[in-house]
Amino acid sequence: MSCIFHLNNLVFGYTSTPVLRNISTEITAGEFVALVGPNGAGKSTLLKVLAGLVRGYSGSVEFSGKSLSRWNSRELARRIAFVPQETHMVFPFTAGEIVMMGRLPHRAGAVFDNPRDAEWAGEAMALTDTAALASKVFNHLSGGERQRVVLASALAQDPQVLLLDEPTVYLDLKHQMQFYDIVERLNAERGMTIISVTHDVNLAARYARRMMAMRAGSFIADGPPGEVLTPQHLYDIFEITAAVFQRPDGRGSYIIPTA
Amino acid sequence: MVGPCAAFCLLVVLFAPWIGSTGVTWRNVLAGVSPDREIFFVARLPRVLFGALVGGALAMAGVLFQAILRNSLADPFTLGVSAGSSLGAFIAIWLGLEMVIWGIPVVSIAAFIGAFLTIALVFFIARTAGVVPTFTLILAGVTLNFIFFAVMMFIHYAANFSQGYLMTRWTMGALDTADMRTVLGAAPFVIGCLAGLMWIAGQLNPLSAGEEWAASRGVDVRRVKKLSYFIGSILTGAVTAFSGPIGFVGLIVPHTVRLVAGPDHRVLIPASFFIGSAFLVLCDTAARTLFAPTEIPVGVITALLGGPFFIALLKRKRGDLW
Repeated sequence: MSCIFHLNNLVFGYTSTPVLRNISTEITAGEFVALVGPNGAGKSTLLKVLAGLVRGYSGSVEFSGKSLSRWNSRELARRIAFVPQETHMVFPFTAGEIVMMGRLPHRAGAVFDNPRDAEWAGEAMALTDTAALASKVFNHLSGGERQRVVLASALAQDPQVLLLDEPTVYLDLKHQMQFYDIVERLNAERGMTIISVTHDVNLAARYARRMMAMRAGSFIADGPPGEVLTPQHLYDIFEITAAVFQRPDGRGSYIIPTA
Repeated sequence: MVGPCAAFCLLVVLFAPWIGSTGVTWRNVLAGVSPDREIFFVARLPRVLFGALVGGALAMAGVLFQAILRNSLADPFTLGVSAGSSLGAFIAIWLGLEMVIWGIPVVSIAAFIGAFLTIALVFFIARTAGVVPTFTLILAGVTLNFIFFAVMMFIHYAANFSQGYLMTRWTMGALDTADMRTVLGAAPFVIGCLAGLMWIAGQLNPLSAGEEWAASRGVDVRRVKKLSYFIGSILTGAVTAFSGPIGFVGLIVPHTVRLVAGPDHRVLIPASFFIGSAFLVLCDTAARTLFAPTEIPVGVITALLGGPFFIALLKRKRGDLW
């Protein structure tokens, strides 16, 4: 497996105070990574750096062997897709139009969609179970439906990497599972690299195969969820005392905060 | 959707010149009989064509500003661009610059510069904040409006009586000064902007959803935004320079078109152009005929229609304004 992201001494801050401090790591193609940590740890900022949405950092970030800043934004959007926490539209776009926007980086120069774009969008909607929503106004959909439509839009980009910024934070338990089940399939069946920011360590432990824990802008633990989720780490990361248990279905561990 | 809009626009433009306080017959017009021929070709046709250009340009400018500011209440009027343009005209009138350069009155050139500088100023105020929140830009527009109006009132006060009349007339907005030269002067700008906007229309869709949303779909946000401001100021400046500030066309038209045709800018932009053209020609026809033989400035009509429309939108948007 080849290295898809290579970060070396990444330092970044929106103001003079750095949000990310000396981050160095490698992420391999096909990994399913969960970025966990408390509020303000820098998880979302790191994700935005990887998505090419934040510039002006120091240190190096390489994507597929080439410095991220040297990638043309359209070329990058054909390879990396980003799903934010929540999406709100000012104008009444339909779900179908939202998904179609994902085809933009593949439609160089052309103003109108071609039938191949519609095929791609259709497939992305089938995969996320949103085909029936195509003609509905996006803002009228429920939170779970909206996130699946946004995921479909990201998939229409035909990306190698899917970056998720707390995509299920506003969803109920059923829709959280439903969302991550789809993502898990994309990872398993298509080898799509997944990097997901989440507060929910139990959800992360259930789906991800690598957990990177951040605090105050640096990594303090990195490894399989079973190794990262120890009482000592949990105290270091979240300042909580927690008990760690094995899931009855054998899919890793889960935690219960006790104090 | 664009086809029917274009057909409607064509219909309005073809019929409007026949309507007016003095009756003309098509036999006399085509045979070249005076005064029907002059009334049709010199007085009415250029005015209708110019109205179509101005209406289309203002509607497109509205669509554009709404997309990049992500607020359906943005328009050249609310951003202060029209006021900046008027201030330019006021200064030129005050200084007595009545000359005409290459067929373009200096007052119009001053108005154009005013619009252009205002856009730059709005952009500058927004840029100093680092990121560009929508409310900053709108507030900047409102504040600029206050400042410009204060300066304009001062100039109006300091000016002599006949200059004061010209200024008052300017702020009302009118199309009656247009001749064929005005039409031919403004047309390349407006058509060029329409073409430019169609080129970036596909990228305006994700941009109208959010800058991050657009950037992660490969849109060069900074470039498209700069281009948009440039086109927006040409559109507003080029037409306001000749017509004076005609308000709310950029608000009413895009909003109505969006209700029928949806928010896809590849349809919204050309449809708004045609409906904006038809709308302003109809308003101007009403301005010419309602109190004939007295004419009222078309800006008065669009403001009387647009003001209540704006308030209705505000009321509906209450709660999720920003």
